Amino acid sequence: MNYSAKVMDHFANPRNVGEIENPSAVGEVGNAVCGDIMRIYLKIENEIITDVKFKTFGCGAAIATSSMATELIKGKSVDEALELTNKAVIEALDGLPPAKIHCSVLAEEAVKTAINDYYKRNGIDKVIPIHGASCDGDCASCGKH
Amino acid sequence: MNRFVYADHAATTNVAPEVLEEMLPCFGAEYGNPSSLYGIGQNASRMVADARARIAKVLGAKPTEIFFTSCGSESDNWAIKGVAHANASRGKHIITTVYEHHAVLHTMDALKKEGFEITYLKVNEEGLISPEQLEAAIRPDTILVAMMYANNEIGTILPIKEMAAVAHAHKVYFFTDAVQAIGNIPVDVSELGVDLLALSGHKIHAPKGIGVLYVRTGTRIANLIDGGGQERSRRGGTENVAYIRGLAKALELAVEGLPDMKRVAAMRDRLAEGIAKIPYTRINGSMEHRLPGNLNVAFEFIEGESLILLLDMAGICASTGSACSTASLEPSHVLLSIGLPHEKAHGSLRLTLSHGNTEEDVDYILEKLPPIVERLREMSPLYETNS
Repeated sequence: MNYSAKVMDHFANPRNVGEIENPSAVGEVGNAVCGDIMRIYLKIENEIITDVKFKTFGCGAAIATSSMATELIKGKSVDEALELTNKAVIEALDGLPPAKIHCSVLAEEAVKTAINDYYKRNGIDKVIPIHGASCDGDCASCGKH
Repeated sequence: MNRFVYADHAATTNVAPEVLEEMLPCFGAEYGNPSSLYGIGQNASRMVADARARIAKVLGAKPTEIFFTSCGSESDNWAIKGVAHANASRGKHIITTVYEHHAVLHTMDALKKEGFEITYLKVNEEGLISPEQLEAAIRPDTILVAMMYANNEIGTILPIKEMAAVAHAHKVYFFTDAVQAIGNIPVDVSELGVDLLALSGHKIHAPKGIGVLYVRTGTRIANLIDGGGQERSRRGGTENVAYIRGLAKALELAVEGLPDMKRVAAMRDRLAEGIAKIPYTRINGSMEHRLPGNLNVAFEFIEGESLILLLDMAGICASTGSACSTASLEPSHVLLSIGLPHEKAHGSLRLTLSHGNTEEDVDYILEKLPPIVERLREMSPLYETNS
């Protein structure tokens, strides 16, 4: 797999790995059958993401995109974090091989799923649509995330 | 300190110095075309004839039954399509197995589009198939059985001699892909009784770009390349003299090296024992009917590509059946065929040892691998919920 130096750096030295005790929100996307799962933990104080951690089961790109996505939203407001796109993650990593683009989509969706959890826990009447939420684990059914 | 440990001999091998030496004259003064009548042309012709005779001897064949190709996949394609096309008037049914190499499976797909019917024999959870299964699948219109001698991922060995006997009792041609078997276990076409056999040079320390198809005298097979009459007019094109010479040497060395495979198997067994101590680990495929250098394991809760990348950083070359190592989203069809669920197949690791490996290599893998598995598990959301 032809990964950029940035991808290899974030894979070999992932930032923000782990869990947060008593998190403000947790989001998990992906499926073990498909070979990648991302779980993101957020600590949110006054609408600001003060801490973020992740756990990922997946390939080098899955780990690198998780790491980069957490870096990009750390210290940002919830609204700013919602603006994170998979494209931004790819650019920050100096590109991804075509077969690995879905990993960046997963990273974006993990952040959004966590924020939906934050809304739910705080009685905020908002739901961000998640494309991957319909994943049934049968890769042949959609062919992509 | 980091070592370099090559544990992926089923993928490819280095060119042996003796093989290179045998080839070098053809890149220098001996550049003649074997079809030319003058001195260096005839030298080249003699080199090809000599190599063909040596290869035939090693394989238990006649020189006229040895056909040079460019690779194992070409040999697979030719054997299957060639027999199918030349015998279609007798029937259009072919039997193979679910866990063949893609060079066989995708060739079958191509034949299906031409109206051939393919039966895929299932393998059991050990990765084995019985001659009774083959017997039950043969029909009056069956023309060919294509079955690998040993599997490229899990190394399991099929009873080819018995299988060929079953096919022949029904007057059905028998082809075996011996690409993984050669150099690991004895391969003798007379002993096996097969009609066609494919092998590849680069798995046995010859260069990439040379293969062989053995075709038993009398086998009806269509030509592969119509051209200038080379390879008894069945596969035209100027002979790759240097590589053909190199392959002859490599095959002789492979047979000379067979006794050393006992040492390789002992190293593999020690590796298997050490790796089996890692929790939530399973060994894939029969350990009894298996190539001496092959080990295939699955680690739960982690994904194979990450594992390969971290092993590479530690200087260890290995491979995986994870989907993420390829462009497809499906993990290895071989691991799925022996009953591994998708999530476990994603965490598979294949280590294939050979003559070049040492006990120190085994120690090194056993030192580096467990912490890498643990590191990825610590990062995995599946680990905590299951452990």
